[in-house]
Amino acid sequence: MTVSKRRASREDRVVDLPALERVGSAPVLAPTEELHLTTRSAHQDLFEGPPSGDRPRRRRKLTPEDHAATILSMLAGGAVALTLRVLLDQNGILGTLLWWYLSALVVFYILVRDRSDTEGALDRIVTVLIWSAGALVAAVLAWMLAFLFVKGIPALTGGFFTHDMSTVGPLTPGGGGEHALIGTLEQVGLATIVVVPVAILTAVYLHEIGGRLARPVRFIVDAMSGLPSIIAGLLVYTVWVDGRSFSGVAGAAALAVLMLPTVTRASEEILRTIPDTLREGALALGAPQWRLIVKVVIPTAMAGLVTATILGIARAVGETAPMLLTAFGSDSVNTNPFSGPQSDLPLFVWKLIRLPNASQLERAWSGALVLVLLVLVLFVAARYVATRSQRKLRTTR
Amino acid sequence: MTSIADDTLEAAKPRGLLHAEGEPATLDAIAVSAWFGSSKVLERCTLTMAARRVTALIGPSGCGKSTFLRVLNRMHEVIPGAAISGRVELDGDDIYGQAMSATQVRTKIGMVFQKPNPFPSMTIGDNVLAGLKLSRTQIPHRHELIEECLTRAGLWNEVKDRLHEGGMSLSGGQQQRLCIARALAVRPQVLLMDEPCSALDPISTRVVEETIAALAHDITIVIVTHNMQQAARVSDQCAFFLVEELRQPGRIVETGETKKMFEEPDDPRTLDYVTGRFG
Repeated sequence: MTVSKRRASREDRVVDLPALERVGSAPVLAPTEELHLTTRSAHQDLFEGPPSGDRPRRRRKLTPEDHAATILSMLAGGAVALTLRVLLDQNGILGTLLWWYLSALVVFYILVRDRSDTEGALDRIVTVLIWSAGALVAAVLAWMLAFLFVKGIPALTGGFFTHDMSTVGPLTPGGGGEHALIGTLEQVGLATIVVVPVAILTAVYLHEIGGRLARPVRFIVDAMSGLPSIIAGLLVYTVWVDGRSFSGVAGAAALAVLMLPTVTRASEEILRTIPDTLREGALALGAPQWRLIVKVVIPTAMAGLVTATILGIARAVGETAPMLLTAFGSDSVNTNPFSGPQSDLPLFVWKLIRLPNASQLERAWSGALVLVLLVLVLFVAARYVATRSQRKLRTTR
Repeated sequence: MTSIADDTLEAAKPRGLLHAEGEPATLDAIAVSAWFGSSKVLERCTLTMAARRVTALIGPSGCGKSTFLRVLNRMHEVIPGAAISGRVELDGDDIYGQAMSATQVRTKIGMVFQKPNPFPSMTIGDNVLAGLKLSRTQIPHRHELIEECLTRAGLWNEVKDRLHEGGMSLSGGQQQRLCIARALAVRPQVLLMDEPCSALDPISTRVVEETIAALAHDITIVIVTHNMQQAARVSDQCAFFLVEELRQPGRIVETGETKKMFEEPDDPRTLDYVTGRFG
C-alpha cells in the first residue's frame, strides 16, 4: 500500500517536470502561488498581526532543565563529598573539593542522560569539563590578583611614588619605591629599545627573506629562549660588570638577552599570519622586497608586533636573579642607569619581603602590586595605540 | 589614414589622463617552458598577445594557465624552486634579459589576482596609490590620479565619499575593482588577470567584465578564466591549454580568434572543452 502510494507520488513529480522547465515565464507562477497559499493556510497563526510583531526566537544554550540539573548535581555531589569526608575522616579542603567535583559530574551525567541520550549527555559532560578548565585558570588568576591587591593596597599611598628607602630605618614609617620604579622603567626601557629593532629584523630575516642561515638562527633563538635567567646575569656580570661598577645598563643588557628570543619568535609567528596574497600583490605592483616589507608587511602586522614586544617586556620586567648580579640594587634614587647600582621593583620586593617588620612586608607587597599594574598599563596602552589606526580603517559607514 | 585612426583611439581614452600612458604593447611568449623544482608544468608554449586585444587563457584545472600568466610578468620566479626556459618579449625586449629588472617588468605588466588582496593597512585612496608608493615614484596629482583610476575600474561612484576608509571595508566585488584600479595606477602596458571573477558574485562579475571591455581600448589584457561564457564574452582571442596525460606538462593545444575557437576549432579536444564535454 505504502509502496504504491510512494510510486504514485513519484509519478506526479515526473508529470510536473516539464512545467518546472518553464521557470521564469509567467504561467509557472500559478502553482507556486497555490503552494504558497496552502502553506499559509496550514500555518495561519504565524501570519497573524503585522510583521513588526515577529518575535525573534533565539536558541538558548542552557535551558531551565540544564540549570536544574546543574544545581541538583552540585547538591548531590556536595552531599557525597561531605559523607566521604566524615566516613574517611579527611581534613583537607582540596580532597573534599575534588570529590565534590567528581561526584557532581557523575550525577550530572546521569541526570542529563535520563533526559536525552548517552550522546547528548557526553556532549554536556565535555562542555562542563572544558568550561571548568577555563574557570579554574581564570579563578587562579583572579585569586592571585585579589591577593596582591589586598596585601599591596595598604602601603600604596602617593608617598610610595615620591620616596625612596635611603632614610628609612627598620621601624620608621614612610618610605617608598620611587627608586625601584625609576630603575625598572629605565632598565626595561633600555632593553626594549635595543631588543625591538633587533628582534623584528631577525623575525623579518627568518620569515620574509630566509636562506641557508635561517634554520640555524631559528635554532639558536629557540635555545636562547630556554636560557635560565641567572645565566644571562652571570654572562653580563663576567664580561661587563666584574672589575667595574654595577649599573642599570648592565641589568638592561641581561634583560635584553632574555627578551630577544621571546620577541623574535612571537614576531615571526605574527609575520606568518600575514597572507602571502598581500606579498604577491605588492610584488606584482613592482615593489622591491624592502619596500614590500616596510610598506605592507610591517604596517599590516603592527598590532601583533606590539603584542610581541609586550610579551617580551612582561618576560623581563619581573626578572630578579640576573638583576642581583648586574644592577645590584640600592636604597636611594639613582636616575643615571649608566653608573652606579640601581634598584628595580623585583629587587625591591626581594629585599623587603625577607625582613621581619610588618611595615617592610607591606612595602614589598605594594612593590609587587605596582609591578603587575605597570605591565597591565603598558599592555592596554600599547594595544590601544597599535590598533587605533586599524580600527579607523575598519569602520564602515 | 593613420592619423584618423590615432585620433579615434585618442578619443576613446578616458579624459583627464595626467601623464603619458605607456602605449599598449604586444607581449610575445616564445617556446616558454616552466618548472616547479624538478617537475615540468609547461612545455614550449608560444603565444602572441597583441596590443589592444583581450587574450583569454582557457583549459581545465592544473594545465598551467596560471603558471603561464605568472611567467609573463616574472611572478613565477617568486616561488622557491621555480624556473623557466624560452623567451618572453614585450614589444621585442626580452623581459628576462639583462636590460630589465623584475620590478621594472612588473610595473610595465600589471597583475590582478584570483582573490582580491587590497592592503588592509591602507585606506581606499592609499590602496590606489600603493604601486607608486611601493616603487617610490613621485605622485604629483594624487587626487586626480585616484579619481581617474577608480573611474576606469568602475568603482569611483561607489567609493568617492569614503576614500579614507580601509580597503577591507569594501565588498568582495568592490575589493577586486580596487585591485584593478591599483594595478592601473602604475600605468602598465599589459594587465594580466588570474581568474579575476572566480570569487565574485554574478553582478560584480558583470561590472568587472564591463571594466575589462572598457580598458581593452588602451591596454593589452590577458585573462585566465574557467568560465567559458566569460571567455566568449570578453576576449578577442583564446589559447587552449591542456595536460594530455597525467604527470605531463601542460601545452597550448590551439590558439585563435575567440569566435573561431568557440564555433569551429581545428582541434576536436578544443571543441569538447568549449562545449562542456569535459573539463
